[in-house]
Amino acid sequence: MTPSEGARAGTGRELEMLDSLLALGGLVLLRDSVEWEGRSLLKALVKKSALCGEQVHILGCEVSEEEFREGFDSDINNRLVYHDFFRDPLNWSKTEEAFPGGPLGALRAMCKRTDPVPVTIALDSLSWLLLRLPCTTLCQALHAVSHQDSCPGDSSSVGKVSVLGLLHEELHGPGPVGALSSLAQTEVTLGGTTGQASAHILCRRPRQRPTDQTQWFSILPDFSLDLQEGLSVESQPYSDPHIPPVDPTTHLTFNLHLSKKEREARDSLILPFQFSSEKQQALLRPRPGQATSHIFYEPDAYDDLDQEDPDDDLDI
Amino acid sequence: MARRPGTGYLGVVVRRGSTRGLDWRLGPAESGLLGHLAYSQRLTVRSRTERNWLGPSPSWAPQADLFSPRSSHSGGKLTLLCDAKTDGSFLVHHFLSFYLKANCKVCFVALIQSFSHYSIVGQKLGVSLTMARERGQLVFLEGLKSAVDVVFQAQKEPHPLQFLREANAGNLKPLFEFVREALKPIDSGEARWTYPVLLVDDLSVLLSLGMGAVAVLDFIHYCRATVCWELKGNMVVLVHDSGDAEDEENDILLNGLSHQSHLILRAEGLATGFCRDVHGQLRILWRRPSQPTVHRDQSFTYQYKIQDKSVSFFAKGMSPAVL
Repeated sequence: MTPSEGARAGTGRELEMLDSLLALGGLVLLRDSVEWEGRSLLKALVKKSALCGEQVHILGCEVSEEEFREGFDSDINNRLVYHDFFRDPLNWSKTEEAFPGGPLGALRAMCKRTDPVPVTIALDSLSWLLLRLPCTTLCQALHAVSHQDSCPGDSSSVGKVSVLGLLHEELHGPGPVGALSSLAQTEVTLGGTTGQASAHILCRRPRQRPTDQTQWFSILPDFSLDLQEGLSVESQPYSDPHIPPVDPTTHLTFNLHLSKKEREARDSLILPFQFSSEKQQALLRPRPGQATSHIFYEPDAYDDLDQEDPDDDLDI
Repeated sequence: MARRPGTGYLGVVVRRGSTRGLDWRLGPAESGLLGHLAYSQRLTVRSRTERNWLGPSPSWAPQADLFSPRSSHSGGKLTLLCDAKTDGSFLVHHFLSFYLKANCKVCFVALIQSFSHYSIVGQKLGVSLTMARERGQLVFLEGLKSAVDVVFQAQKEPHPLQFLREANAGNLKPLFEFVREALKPIDSGEARWTYPVLLVDDLSVLLSLGMGAVAVLDFIHYCRATVCWELKGNMVVLVHDSGDAEDEENDILLNGLSHQSHLILRAEGLATGFCRDVHGQLRILWRRPSQPTVHRDQSFTYQYKIQDKSVSFFAKGMSPAVL
């Protein structure tokens, strides 16, 4: 059994979660916090991509290469292309060993690839880049990398690109986080209660409504995923079978429905301020009731009936 | 608000509420709760009392994988000390004396207090900083004295605190070079010291001196790359938590370091205010930044009282003064 077949032979639900995160392509944002770290989920996704035969590039800025590769067996480690920006990211040692242009240069270089193999790029971490690069530059680079496969001209030549970005939520304000989350096709927010981790997954499929679900999981030491039935798998509440559902529309003091006659009467009603031709004729015709009301007015001595000069102050 | 500890302490007395009669009084600071934590950092310090303490009680027995000296990740650890509404410097004094007794090469970047302050406290803890400095075990950067030198005297070569002179100091590279120079292994053939250790007290003052949070994070990044990864040593840094003071730069620094640390010790004042018998509480959070943990309950909280030469820890509500 080849490793890719072995990967698919896992439990259906386990594959569902990782598959759904990787299937869409584009930018997958993993938002973690101090209590709920996300690097192990990132490594689980990297392992899954590697087993599916994709080309995996890793931009390592926060942890050393040994620490990142720890826990993967040699089969997977051979498939990972690791770009090490941990040892000397800012070129303080002046040896020019690092990739010229730093992590951003490496990211932009990945925009220029032309082979049809699907590629997964893991950014460890996006927070590191966001703290040191302007947000707009980073967003433009991410957009260029993750949307290579959606260019109308070369969609056949370039394979699907997935960019996995690890973002530490507490380090950034709502502006940059919002910008990145608007770029992302999938957003996974890690959380949980004592003893149980959960991932809140928000998927934005093109031309469809965004879907969200919460999945309880734990990651095993070999970076495979173990899904659990947690407190709530979907966000819908379920009704308690012991209490019969009550119809709130009974015993109302007002009418919720109209009968046919009432509906016709309502439709044929002319609104009071709608100006129709009948209304116009009715206004132009002298009304028969007009003669019944008179106003009797006795002008006072000082009353001026001159309409042109009512205040009597023009000295003409 | 806890009483400012003007004195240090010698050992650690651990008192468990359920076994109050058994007072596991331990000897030097190798053992005890904090030594227990340092044991997790792969130092092979052994003592008879330590083995007793890591003994049979299941509620206090550490998980074997966390405290195994042969941890799968063979690298150093970063311990983050932070304090909120109280003074966490007792932890710094503890770790300084602990590592000196464990025969490690220590580089101490002391920006807050003078050498004599740490020396006096160290004497109560059983170490002599003067002798350690003379024999080359301790490299001490006294921030207060060096700052005066840097500002008022022209320096020929870049001084570790060079950023104080420059109006637009972008980075802490000279300070990093100082640390790297101090801890680099001497090629004399014999291994005199066990592991290199970097201690910083504290990082929040660098923010007050004008460095940005990202510059300080870069400095710690490079220190981690050199001390923890290359030299397999440990790092202990202290950061103050501003709490309600809404200091964004400090929050970025604290959260950024929390994500990189393996162990976070947080000394907090009591929520109810000052108490004569309980000076604060200590929250301990173990993290493994890239290993999946099976159980997430890696956090403990103890309350403590600082005495003249010791710190006693007890479970919440179990202070002998209230029982």
